[in-house]
Amino acid sequence: MIEFVDLHKAFGANRVLEGFSLTVRDGETMVVIGYSGTGKSVAIKHVVGLLEPDAGHVAVDGRVVSALRPRELTELRATIGFVFQFAALFDSMTVAENVALGLRRRRTLGEGDVAQRVAESLALVDLAGTERLMPAELSGGMRKRVGLARAIALRPKYLLYDEPTTGLDPVTAAVIDQLIVRTREALGVTSIVITHDMRSAYTVGDRIAMLYRGRIRQVGTVEEMRATTDPVVRQFIEGRPGRGGRAAERASLMTAAGAAGEEESEA
Amino acid sequence: MPAGFITFLSSAIPRPILPRVIAGIGRRTVGFLEGFGRFGRFLGDLARGLADVRTWGGLTVVQMRRLGVDSLPIALFIAAFTGIVLALLASYVVTSAVPRYLVGTLVGKTMLLELGPVLTGLALAGRVGANIAAELGTMRVTEQVDALETLAYNPYAYLVIPRVLAGIVMFPVVVAFAMAMGVFTGWLAATNLLPISNAEFVHGLRLYFFPFDVRYGLIKSASFGFAITLIGCFLGLTTRGGAEGVGRATTRTVVYSAEMILVLDAFWAVTLLRQ
Repeated sequence: MIEFVDLHKAFGANRVLEGFSLTVRDGETMVVIGYSGTGKSVAIKHVVGLLEPDAGHVAVDGRVVSALRPRELTELRATIGFVFQFAALFDSMTVAENVALGLRRRRTLGEGDVAQRVAESLALVDLAGTERLMPAELSGGMRKRVGLARAIALRPKYLLYDEPTTGLDPVTAAVIDQLIVRTREALGVTSIVITHDMRSAYTVGDRIAMLYRGRIRQVGTVEEMRATTDPVVRQFIEGRPGRGGRAAERASLMTAAGAAGEEESEA
Repeated sequence: MPAGFITFLSSAIPRPILPRVIAGIGRRTVGFLEGFGRFGRFLGDLARGLADVRTWGGLTVVQMRRLGVDSLPIALFIAAFTGIVLALLASYVVTSAVPRYLVGTLVGKTMLLELGPVLTGLALAGRVGANIAAELGTMRVTEQVDALETLAYNPYAYLVIPRVLAGIVMFPVVVAFAMAMGVFTGWLAATNLLPISNAEFVHGLRLYFFPFDVRYGLIKSASFGFAITLIGCFLGLTTRGGAEGVGRATTRTVVYSAEMILVLDAFWAVTLLRQ
């Protein structure tokens, strides 16, 4: 289980997370949606200790990440796979070397087993036979799939996806969505998917949480989110224009004020 | 500072400017202290990474080839022409009242003590320092450094320590070759372009030669290697802001490395040459 507890994070004067709290249950795929620049990626980087919170904490299986010693943090990271937005492949390494990097670090497998695991992981993302290619020779979708193969090669307990379909054409994005679902079924991992692609969110998510102004605005199942009456969430999932949901929020307040006024006049 | 003087200053500077000046000084002070703190943290992480020998051990050899062996051509090229120019300059300075063998002395002393290490250091500040800053900066902004961490690697053990160690070990090697090349081309120029015999040049070269001169040049170049690689790694790993940030980090690395070379040059002269 991953718990975000009253997480606060600022970069200079820019306060990104202001009381972000969310619980991701074992075995589920939690999708976090929200406007660009609202801190979705910042939140999941706390899970692997890439960022330290200003206040609050993130706990993985009850262990507070920011309180771990370097060795404990290394052990924790070995249980978490992270798929980066732009794949973050190492340019100077082949596809196979990229996928094998984490395995070689662990030193639990011999070279033969590493090669086998690399081949299995690449096959799982439909990239069998690409071992010797360089990242520069891959398309955007293939790079993301190699990034996923690198993450699942470690057979992690948790998988964190940072905008896995951003910048991809709809068909390739759908392929990535299928891979996320298939990976969960094959490996039984607990996942957090950061996205602002609602089609992707509905396809891969068990539950969806919306991050707005540094905290969770609403969390619920796909059906609950589809049926939401929250104007900010509705505006986002329907993709209606407006300034970061402020217009919808203002409209909501005006409606509420109007309703209150009506109630008073009726009284 | 007397209160009257402060009052005078306050009244002399137009009102709207004073708060901005004070705010500017405050911002720069905070920025400086933040940079200082980041560098201190960088050094602490670097020290912790030293324990991970299994990671940096093999990678150091790779970096020794990239930083050292691959830098030899440019270092030898610079040293070759420096040696020629030195011989001709020395000949120009030496008049009939001064023995001609001093051309050999001047070429040898200057190449070993100063120009060999410093010119090679400045050239490598551009080649090696800029390369490191650009490479690590690009890795930082494309999240490759983050990816390393999530794969349970210590980025300091994987990226920084191999480069710094390679710099410390290989800069003296490159400089030693540059020194030899400079003296050799100085000898070539002196014996072929000037009325100086081989015996005269070699006599002058040996006359004031001390093994300490070589040690001095090599110690100095090791410190240059340390400074250049450290600056490149620090500015590379702290890069922010995409391609523009990478460009800024690269430029800063070259500028700071060049300045640091001159500072260290003076430091070693004061420390080791003062009698």
